[in-house]
Amino acid sequence: MDGKTAAVQMRDITKSFGSVLANDRVWLDIYKGEILALLGENGSGKTTLMNMLAGIYFPDAGQIYVDGREVVIRSPRDAFGLGIGMIHQHFKLVDVLTAAENIILGLPGKERLDIKAVAARVREISEKYGFEIDPMQKVYDMSVSQKQTVEIVKVLYRGADILILDEPTAVLTPQETDRLFAVLRSMRADGKAIVIITHKLHEVEELSDRVAILRRGHFVGDMPTKKTNAAEMTSMMVGHPVELNIKRPEPKNPQPRLEVKHLTVKDAEGVTKIDDVSFTAYSGEVLGVAGISGSGQKELLEAIAGLHRAEGGSITYIDPETGKEEELVGKDPRDISDMGVALSFVPEDRLGMGLVGDMDLSDNMMLRSFRRGRGFFTDRKSPHKLAERVVEELGVNTPSIETPVRRLSGGNVQKVLVGREISSAPTVLLTAYAVRGLDINSSYTIYDLINKQKERGVAVVYVGEDLDVLLELCDRILVLCGGKVSGLVPGRGATKRRVGLMMTKLGGGADDE
Amino acid sequence: MNEKTRVPLVHISRRQSLPWYRAWAIRAAAIVLALLACAVITTLLTGENPIAVYGAMIEGAFGTSRRIWVLLQNVAILLCVSLAVTPAFKMRFWNIGGEGQIMAGCLATAACMITLRDVMPNWLLIVTMFVSSLLAGAIWGLIPAFFKAKWNTNETLFTLMMNYVATQLVAFFIIIWESPKGSGNVGIINQSTQAGWLPYIGGNRYLLNILVVALLTVGMYIYLKYTKHGYEIAVVGESERTARYVGIKVERVIMRTMLISGAICGLAGFLLVAGTDHTITTTISASRGFTAVMVSWLAKFSPIFMVLTSFLIEFLSRGASEIATQFGLNHAFGDILTGVILFFIIGSEFFITYKLHFRGHSGKAAEKNV
Repeated sequence: MDGKTAAVQMRDITKSFGSVLANDRVWLDIYKGEILALLGENGSGKTTLMNMLAGIYFPDAGQIYVDGREVVIRSPRDAFGLGIGMIHQHFKLVDVLTAAENIILGLPGKERLDIKAVAARVREISEKYGFEIDPMQKVYDMSVSQKQTVEIVKVLYRGADILILDEPTAVLTPQETDRLFAVLRSMRADGKAIVIITHKLHEVEELSDRVAILRRGHFVGDMPTKKTNAAEMTSMMVGHPVELNIKRPEPKNPQPRLEVKHLTVKDAEGVTKIDDVSFTAYSGEVLGVAGISGSGQKELLEAIAGLHRAEGGSITYIDPETGKEEELVGKDPRDISDMGVALSFVPEDRLGMGLVGDMDLSDNMMLRSFRRGRGFFTDRKSPHKLAERVVEELGVNTPSIETPVRRLSGGNVQKVLVGREISSAPTVLLTAYAVRGLDINSSYTIYDLINKQKERGVAVVYVGEDLDVLLELCDRILVLCGGKVSGLVPGRGATKRRVGLMMTKLGGGADDE
Repeated sequence: MNEKTRVPLVHISRRQSLPWYRAWAIRAAAIVLALLACAVITTLLTGENPIAVYGAMIEGAFGTSRRIWVLLQNVAILLCVSLAVTPAFKMRFWNIGGEGQIMAGCLATAACMITLRDVMPNWLLIVTMFVSSLLAGAIWGLIPAFFKAKWNTNETLFTLMMNYVATQLVAFFIIIWESPKGSGNVGIINQSTQAGWLPYIGGNRYLLNILVVALLTVGMYIYLKYTKHGYEIAVVGESERTARYVGIKVERVIMRTMLISGAICGLAGFLLVAGTDHTITTTISASRGFTAVMVSWLAKFSPIFMVLTSFLIEFLSRGASEIATQFGLNHAFGDILTGVILFFIIGSEFFITYKLHFRGHSGKAAEKNV
């Protein structure tokens, strides 16, 4: 095998959840000194497969060999013992502890804890691979990227030679992503085996040596990254060729629809999250909002939707029919809909805010409409019909209308939510991270839906994290930095570098405005 | 390598879904196992014949027509309280103040019976008792809800404390109303005139209570399942953030729901004082406010299943006291059996949600109950 040594060999791995076959006789080899990108749509079984290596799940059948020896991994402890460490999408850190304390948490040791020795070892690891970490910093003081660093150092501290990263760049800025990639490359040079699970094909091309593709729990194939391209990888993932360009029609007759002036919003702790923000959203236009996560995107949308109290400033809605102006500050969602403002909101937290996970599709459709009608009783027929329509028009993959939405995959959950929100013929559509965690097919369905709304003359506000998508989809991009407007750039012609700089520094440093 | 391949003896996975008949088969198996376990415990601890002990339980619950009526009456009151706490729990509002709300209802009923017996006709007295018991229970439920809605206080502690306040209030009024003086209790209220006593239907003292609760069960089922209020309760319970997002006024729903919850507890108090006991004591609600929480959870908040679960709990408790008297055992022994049976029933839910896979049955998982 051209001089490579296999670190892990997975053979005929099968895992089912109830009647769902998540992995079906999967073969996968992971080599030392190589970065493997594991690709696949949502629900294709990538994370399940890796969780079996990390000891979270136990396979129904099949064998795992580490360094050529058959092993049984029953728990994360077993996995660590074999030098396998996984960095999950959702960090598992204790907020009130320091980096060093988190790193040694759960490790056996002497009765007296020598935190200095731990810190020294952490520094040693950091220097070796080029991390920046302060072992004594508390986790609650850390940015997302710092937390991720702690997670990575944690597995290295435990002597991991095989690292698995589940969508590591989903929460990072372009600059942070570059830093992470540099670290991963130096780990590769050190002979470690690295697996990254990702949806972003340009990252695969940039970083990985080899790609392996899963589709619906089956292993489809693997090849050196150099010998493939985005189109081929996508069609292997999806099973048929997919058009990879996002459409961006020219806005037609844009009119001011939503005017935000000097908006200031504080969170529950009194920290200013949105600081004197002003902008106008036009009809027939997609306004992108870019920023490092936690720069005030969530508060901005929630303030517009009436879910978050504004400390100051105004949000004016201009009715497309009458031209009448309505002030939205100080109104709650009920008031806003009672005023006849057709505002739809696809929140970031789909199952925690947009939908009720344990309710079925029909009951979730009812969330927006149940108050209609005078009577004491709810109308259950029209939500049921709406649910059927959404399932059919958006191609939602669900066993039935009566299935709790929690059981659906991420992409289908989002289709249900977006389908409901656009069914009310909105004039303003707010979306937060509309394609987060979605596979390519579902993401393109969502972009299409957004473009259709745009063509209908809806003012779309699109909060996103993937700069490539923002630059391809949006007509204008509002860049937030620490709750302030760092700049407003046209989507056509802006560069990733420029927007990235604006995200980290007000006004983008030396760049002219 | 085989001797080194240590597949875990058993591992657990979540079931996707289970057809209803399988779920009920698991529950039935749990009850059978529970009875077997109880039989072993009985033989080991007391040397009695377990069959005879079970016979005594059934005898205690169904032995005579009077016993059946008493059983049904107790089921009705427990069911009433369970129905009362259900909307609150469905809303994830931990109302463990059912006890206090029942007491408030009892106190209001007794107060009307004692103070208004000579000033109004009997039918008006009963209506006044009814209304004031509902109001008293509602107020008792509304106070913690108001504080929760306004200042996000902890409703579990708050409702629990309200129980003690209600019990002490009742103790206070018992001294005022005590009859005969110095006895420390109220005695049968209006024994000679029967003023404010609920009428017997067809000569049966308990039938009216049972009918009222039967109606209430159907009403609560419809309320929770088909009304806008019921839908709001479900949404608030599942996710407060979703509720706010769709414009449900969460504070209002919390207060409204606790108003209803408290009022129905008050109704239970009314039925107890005016319908059956015709007196008031500090232990009149007999911890039903707490037992009801279990009834409601066991039935997964379905009013229809609550008929079954409240029946089960009452049957076990009737049976337990019969064992105590017939075999001269300590009353605690009956409670031990009740505890074992409930343990198995609650434990069976684990096997409905999860599946066990045993070593050696690769692919095909073995299943076992408890």
